[in-house]
Amino acid sequence: MTADIANLATPPSPEDLEPLVTPDHGPRWHRLPIVRQVRTSVGLQRVMLVTGLVLTGIFILAAIFAPLIAPYSWAQLRDGSGLFGSQQAPSSAHLLGTTVGGYDVLSRVVWGSRTALLTIVTAVVLSLFLGVFLGLVSGYFGGWLDRVLVVVADAIYAFPSLLLAIVAAIVISHGQSSLWNGILAAAISITVVFVPQYFRVVRSEVVRVKAEAFVESARVIGSSSARIMTRHVLRNSVRTLPLIMTLNCSEAILTLAGLGFLGFGIEPSSAAEWGYDLNKSIADVTSGIWWTSIFPGVAIVLTVLGVTLVGESLNDLADPRLRTRRAAGGGRRGARAARREQRTTTEPEEAR
Amino acid sequence: MTVTHDLAADDAVAPTPDAEQRGSRTGGALGRYLLVRFLLIFPTVFILVTVVFVLMRATGDPITAALGGRLPPDQLAERIHQAGYDRPIFVQYLDYLGHIVRGDFGTTLSDHLPVTQVLMTYGAATLELAVYALVVAFAVGIPLGRVAAARRDRLPDAGLRVGAILAYATPVFFAGLVLKLIFAVWLDWLPPNGRASTIDLLKMKLHGAKTGIYLIDAISTGQWSVVADVLQHAILPALALGLLTAGVFLRLVRTNMISTLQTGYVEAARSRGVSERRLVRAHAWRPALVPIITVIGLQIAMLLGGAVLTETTFEWKGLGFQLVQYLNARDFVAVQGMVALLAVIVAVTNFIVDVIAALVDPRIRY
Repeated sequence: MTADIANLATPPSPEDLEPLVTPDHGPRWHRLPIVRQVRTSVGLQRVMLVTGLVLTGIFILAAIFAPLIAPYSWAQLRDGSGLFGSQQAPSSAHLLGTTVGGYDVLSRVVWGSRTALLTIVTAVVLSLFLGVFLGLVSGYFGGWLDRVLVVVADAIYAFPSLLLAIVAAIVISHGQSSLWNGILAAAISITVVFVPQYFRVVRSEVVRVKAEAFVESARVIGSSSARIMTRHVLRNSVRTLPLIMTLNCSEAILTLAGLGFLGFGIEPSSAAEWGYDLNKSIADVTSGIWWTSIFPGVAIVLTVLGVTLVGESLNDLADPRLRTRRAAGGGRRGARAARREQRTTTEPEEAR
Repeated sequence: MTVTHDLAADDAVAPTPDAEQRGSRTGGALGRYLLVRFLLIFPTVFILVTVVFVLMRATGDPITAALGGRLPPDQLAERIHQAGYDRPIFVQYLDYLGHIVRGDFGTTLSDHLPVTQVLMTYGAATLELAVYALVVAFAVGIPLGRVAAARRDRLPDAGLRVGAILAYATPVFFAGLVLKLIFAVWLDWLPPNGRASTIDLLKMKLHGAKTGIYLIDAISTGQWSVVADVLQHAILPALALGLLTAGVFLRLVRTNMISTLQTGYVEAARSRGVSERRLVRAHAWRPALVPIITVIGLQIAMLLGGAVLTETTFEWKGLGFQLVQYLNARDFVAVQGMVALLAVIVAVTNFIVDVIAALVDPRIRY
């Protein structure tokens, strides 16, 4: 009897609680960000998401393991048996041929992914910090600074981003650049274009959150502005940023390639860059040499496609109006029935 | 249209306490909206010009950039002094603003042309390309967007959405190179470069055609072979630039139609037994088009950026092509002037688009 009571009094072991904490969510890794979305998606949306993830994964792997994958270095012109030669058609020695400058196309495509990845990461991190900081300060304090920043952001937002990036590239690199100079130049040029976007999103969220009761309460108990901003407002204002980030990644790749195509990329001896290679291939195309342009171009398209598909799918899955739902019955017919139902029952929510 | 009518009707019948006040406000709403939009052009242009000036001058003067290393230092210093680049930066800035107010965007270093004249000479070509691209974008994007919305989540929709994402993922210049490779080199159907063949160019010159818009010039010669030649040259660049925008339009029409198909009045029509096909055609179609007008404003900026790349791909001698020439010559006075001038053009176009949007859709005026 006493033993039973003692038994009742002891707290339940973690094993006993496990089924209560996670009713039927399966193992813990099912709740990781990307995994959860893959599991909740169905049909076409799942295909798009998985395709995007695979393409992005290949891109990142190629960037990391470029030295192992690429047969030659990005600036290599000769090997043991002499010069590669210019504009050689694809062969067993050069699977994708050689460029007009005598580089191996395959190697430059593979190494190009590393340049692209470095640029994207630098650009997104830079613009994230700057944009979030400016948006937070501007939205929280308001006043003339806010008004000036909004007008400036709107003006920059409406301007052709490529032209702005060109101007920034001139400033930073004065045209010619080494690897890190070039990456920084491209990244900062892209940052100039992106900061207004993050700024707008964060600022409007901050203005909304600022009016909430919990911010008011924090102010009443005497918290400092800095503390309110970092602890209460910031966390509640960055919900939508991951989605914008994925979409911006693809734009960063396109801007980098555009800059390279116009001759503001990175010198071929410092790093491989897809846009630069495409620029050099314009003349090749006219004489029917296809391998110098098609392969770097396809690399750009597939990378942007992968990142965009991931961003789009995550966006759709986060929006209940766009998400395709799994029906109780499951399977094809279930999904179709759910779609039909969704089409007829979803409430319009257009007035915003 | 139906939506806007309904909204207006609702407003009219619902008597609110401040109805009188609102009535007086709506009377001048359009005029005031347009005035505000017009006045906003000035700060926008001012900010962009300032940003460009600060960026370009932050690191040095254009003369050193263009000639540094090619001239002995004393001559270089003299040229810099002559051009006034050794004055305090603020004085230079005020000077620059003063020139811009008078419509002087500077003189290029490499060929001593006023930037405004560069714009006159090459602007027509870019305008022509942009118009062709917009035509392609409308003709392809809008009908396909309607198809995708009407067949939502079925095969046509899936294919079109993937197509639209592909159109976005493909850089304009790569699309241009692929089109060129297929249609100009392998199939040999269309010319690969330029805006017209030399002989037709001469014919147009002889006829004294001077608009710079080749289609108009060609028509004015009255020879169909010239018109055909000009159009053949335009097809590939227009497709490359237009398909990018077409993807944007497709997605926009699709999303808007899907949301109008879910509105109350479409539900009401559906419950009356109106067929799905008629719902799309008669109820959801026109309201879905209105937001496109607003988006065109933003597309103009994208189109200009894309034009720079397309013109380089196809040696289409317009503003973008010329800008790249100046960039390569390291003529940063020309670059700064052209970018500033383009800022003015973008701001004015955005204003015009806003006016049209406000005239079409009364809801925007508030």
